Amino acid sequence: MSKQAVIETKELVKTYGKFIAVDKLNLCVNQGEIFGFLGPNGAGKTTTLLMLLGLTEPTSGTARICGFDSTREPIKVKRITGYLPERVGFYDDLTASENLDYTAALNGLPREMASKKIDELLNMVGLSEVAKQKVGTFSHGMKQRLGIADVMIKAPKVALFDEPTAGIDPEGIEQVLEMIANMAKQKVTVVLSSHQLHHVQKICTRVGILSKGHLVAEGSVDELGREKIGGGKLRIEVQVAEPTSKLVKSIENVKGVTNVESAGDLLLISCDKDLRRQISKVVADCDSLIVQMKMEEYGLDDIYMKYFRES
Amino acid sequence: MSGIAAVFWKELADHFSSKRFIILSLLIYLAGIATIYVAAQNIRTGITENTQFIFLRLFIVSGANLPFSFPFFLSLFIPIVGIALGFDAINSERTSGNLSRILSQPLYRDSVINGKFLAGLVILAILVASIVILVGGMGLRMIGVPPTAAEILRLFAFIFVSIIYGAFWMALAVLFSVSFGRTATSALASIALWIFVFLFVSLIARAIAGAVVPIDQNSSLDLIARNDEIYRTISRISPSTLYGETVQVILLPEMGNPSATLMLLNIYAGGMTPTPLPLGQSLLLVWPQLTSLIALTALCFAGSYIRFMHEEIRAT
Repeated sequence: MSKQAVIETKELVKTYGKFIAVDKLNLCVNQGEIFGFLGPNGAGKTTTLLMLLGLTEPTSGTARICGFDSTREPIKVKRITGYLPERVGFYDDLTASENLDYTAALNGLPREMASKKIDELLNMVGLSEVAKQKVGTFSHGMKQRLGIADVMIKAPKVALFDEPTAGIDPEGIEQVLEMIANMAKQKVTVVLSSHQLHHVQKICTRVGILSKGHLVAEGSVDELGREKIGGGKLRIEVQVAEPTSKLVKSIENVKGVTNVESAGDLLLISCDKDLRRQISKVVADCDSLIVQMKMEEYGLDDIYMKYFRES
Repeated sequence: MSGIAAVFWKELADHFSSKRFIILSLLIYLAGIATIYVAAQNIRTGITENTQFIFLRLFIVSGANLPFSFPFFLSLFIPIVGIALGFDAINSERTSGNLSRILSQPLYRDSVINGKFLAGLVILAILVASIVILVGGMGLRMIGVPPTAAEILRLFAFIFVSIIYGAFWMALAVLFSVSFGRTATSALASIALWIFVFLFVSLIARAIAGAVVPIDQNSSLDLIARNDEIYRTISRISPSTLYGETVQVILLPEMGNPSATLMLLNIYAGGMTPTPLPLGQSLLLVWPQLTSLIALTALCFAGSYIRFMHEEIRAT
């Protein structure tokens, strides 16, 4: 296998009394992926991240990062894993660079190396001008960016972000997402949890939808959309000038087309693969005119709503 | 190991630049000045040609108009210092959202508690040692009698015991800071316990001893001794009693018994004259008190460990 599983959970369970927060979760994230962890509040996203880091103990099952058991070898896991908690906190009385200094010291980085790296990182997240300012004066967005620098100090192989875009302005969100995408380019495996779908859609290579502790769906956004809404099929929408029953019939006869629905001058065609070329040929053969034709794209919102309406 | 050192240095730097440290220093130096004032007024009474350990007297005399001796002040203020240094150790980190960030770094959880505790201990040691040196220095100027080697040793023992007493209160406050989510709750709980221990334990002990063995002015010495024994036994659950007895024996070489009442009874009934004990013998006398204090500290510490190790660290 060329791709190696960096994050792996097996039958992971966490219960609080009678409440089951995470139920037999099997998850596998490969190197260099940006994995989006989706689900409504209380679905168990944060709990799963905490178990991956060894910040809480699983009731049963195992969580592994790069082969290290998160419960038994938390130090080894934390050495290679960065974590940005939701509503991250810094020491308000210390400056931005002093805060990062402390993190560097906790990671055992030598002083000179640390200060060079801190300058670089603050520059990267656009905070070098306020490096000597106390964090107490920072806005939420600035703290979040400082948090990303904080995660990067240890040069992690894996980075876990819990709701990284919650509560910051659109411009800030854009910046944060870009930084996270850049991390993945540097071979860092990223997991981010969120319930803000279009943010996730923008940067994630793969998503997992969590509901009541279960992983109800997993795959790329396209795959999930085809599976759930199109019933595993592609859907092509064609608007024609004069729809006739003959036209519908001849489209139905195209190899690969499974179903055609017509509504006014709109034809909804379900098919196994991309048949736009064949369909346009058929329409032309029937002396009809295509006004427009498009493949249906599935937004994460659609997929998400579909899952939760059902459950 | 780098983890605990990093926590230690950061906490120490925090303490030194905090307002809390300034307030605590003022409080404890106030105690020192009050002591010197009392000592200056009363040191001459009761000293004869062959009084030994005059220098130590500085630390133990109390006046009629201000019935507070130095150990009394310390037993009052050291708990405040200890509580102030520990009551928000963990829960303030939690509420500020720093705890989950810190604990996602590669360090063991106990490193956080240990580092914080050690830094607090250093602050405590600095405060206690500086106040003893301050009082000693000012006293030396005043009475002009230099301390003997034995006295200096006893003062070191006194500083050591005082630090342990403060460490107990700090460990207790840390335990509360792990147990309670809010800093106000942990501060109040620590202070409530301190008030109980400081004021009420001795009252309750006195009442129980009076009920079991009633005594009045005409009671026999035997009865008084039994009453005192019950009183002592009960009040020794209080760390401040343990500290008080230890300090008294260490600073007063003539004390042949941790109980002042029994000591007086011995003199009165046995006709014995109190002779100064060597330091080793004095320490042997209060060994149970000293070990109890250390054990109580260790108990609180173990409690914090157990609570903290398996706790879920959620950022909220």
